[in-house]
Amino acid sequence: MVSKKDVIHVGKLADVGVNESELEEFSVQFTKILDYFEILDELPEERTITGETFNILREDIITPSLNHEIALKNAGEEEEGFFKAPRVM
Amino acid sequence: MEMISFNPHDTCNAFITTQIQAPFKEGALSGVPIAIKDNICTAGIETTCGSAILKGYIPPYDAHVITLLKDAGAAIVGKTNMDEFGMGTTTESSAFGPTTNPHDPSRVPGGSSGGSAAAVASGMVPYALGTDTGGSIRCPASFCGITGLKPTYGRVSRFGLIAYANSLEQIGPMAQDVSGVSRIFSVIAGHDTHDATSVNHPYTHNPDPEKINGMRIGVPDEFFGDGVDPAVSTVVKEALDVFASKGAELIPFTMPSMRFSLAAYYVICTSEASSNLARFDGIRYGPAIDTKNRWHDAFSKYRHDYFGKEVRRRIMLGTFALSSGYYGRYYQKAQAAKRMVREDFARIFTDVDIIAGPTMPTVAYKLGEKNDPLQMYLSDILTVPANLAGVPALSVPCGHIEKMPVGLQIMGKPFDDETVIDAAYAYEQEVAKNGR
Repeated sequence: MVSKKDVIHVGKLADVGVNESELEEFSVQFTKILDYFEILDELPEERTITGETFNILREDIITPSLNHEIALKNAGEEEEGFFKAPRVM
Repeated sequence: MEMISFNPHDTCNAFITTQIQAPFKEGALSGVPIAIKDNICTAGIETTCGSAILKGYIPPYDAHVITLLKDAGAAIVGKTNMDEFGMGTTTESSAFGPTTNPHDPSRVPGGSSGGSAAAVASGMVPYALGTDTGGSIRCPASFCGITGLKPTYGRVSRFGLIAYANSLEQIGPMAQDVSGVSRIFSVIAGHDTHDATSVNHPYTHNPDPEKINGMRIGVPDEFFGDGVDPAVSTVVKEALDVFASKGAELIPFTMPSMRFSLAAYYVICTSEASSNLARFDGIRYGPAIDTKNRWHDAFSKYRHDYFGKEVRRRIMLGTFALSSGYYGRYYQKAQAAKRMVREDFARIFTDVDIIAGPTMPTVAYKLGEKNDPLQMYLSDILTVPANLAGVPALSVPCGHIEKMPVGLQIMGKPFDDETVIDAAYAYEQEVAKNGR
């Protein structure tokens, strides 16, 4: 059971801004979806993940990249050649 | 540089952006128009992922597949509609309105590459690129009556693809027929140093219909079981009989991991989405964020206002699955289930050459019919196993139910996309010969 309080908590963690009017809808939907996920509890116990992946590395050689002007072209706001972001504190 | 004119009568809202004049070079695909799903970056052409959060975004570079297509002479004529960020099975979650099915405007084209499928099926373009995370090429190919291939994971570079679940997604070709898919695949497959998951395995194959003789075809019971429309099962079984008539052997088997694959898929894809989509913060691209507000307040409001509901739903589900205390319960188990799916495929492929069954459990739904998220997720049940296992999978049209197309899905061994294409080609040639 996913409560409205849980939805508020996850909404905050995810920074997706949940409205009061959406709480009921999301809590009902998440409850149904997580109930379905419980099928994973029936997996044979001995199954654990073992490493299947490995890293692809290359020499640390500088290659051409986007210049300042192009990189800033899609910026919402810029200031003195930097991206401008909301204040963190 | 030469130009072609492109001004289609787009009655199904297949395109988000069109290039009225599209340039092209000399090459094997000289002047051939191709439509590109709008989550693949095209330098100088707006790329939105079907989302309001990327409205106005003009990529400064081409995805690797776009570079390859342009070098081969193709003309990029437009960007196609899609479920927002590829999250959907209907193309209804696009911020640019739904695409409709060319066979029946009251129905969906499937998704998430619905615009690409509709553009090909309606004859606006001969070829399109789609992307497939859990069926997003094969589902719309099935619903719109065209052919689409999700290649083996790693065979096509994802550089410049705005993916939402990197470990599952591949770019692939969509076309009217199998030879069209093969033609485009030969251009886009191959190694790219910009994508660390890219494998050096180019495709230079010519489809060979004779290979079907003696082929061993696995037929999973689960693909004809609960939740699959019996009418779809009947049409697909008739298609399997065509294989048998050409000398293939049909071998029934069971796939125990099917029980877990859909849940595993949705845990993994939403988890990856929750981290992947954190980059959409209105700072480097997209509509501007309110920089006067405090970070979390500004970020939350921005993402609430510009992301659609399904995207926010999946980000929250993934955030929950990865949150403290739940990781072992969801993500870790999903990875174990993914391993089980891979082992099932590996076991079966010691005995058979390909696996065949329906692509989708039903024909295309009516617009607005799938309004419950879990019900929509369940319709991916037959397509997600191939993404979890990373194997190649193709959908080819195999008949109709009340005028709506049905798709036959063919899956192959990793890096044996060639055999999948040979089987589909043999089926298509045989059916064309018999005028079905």
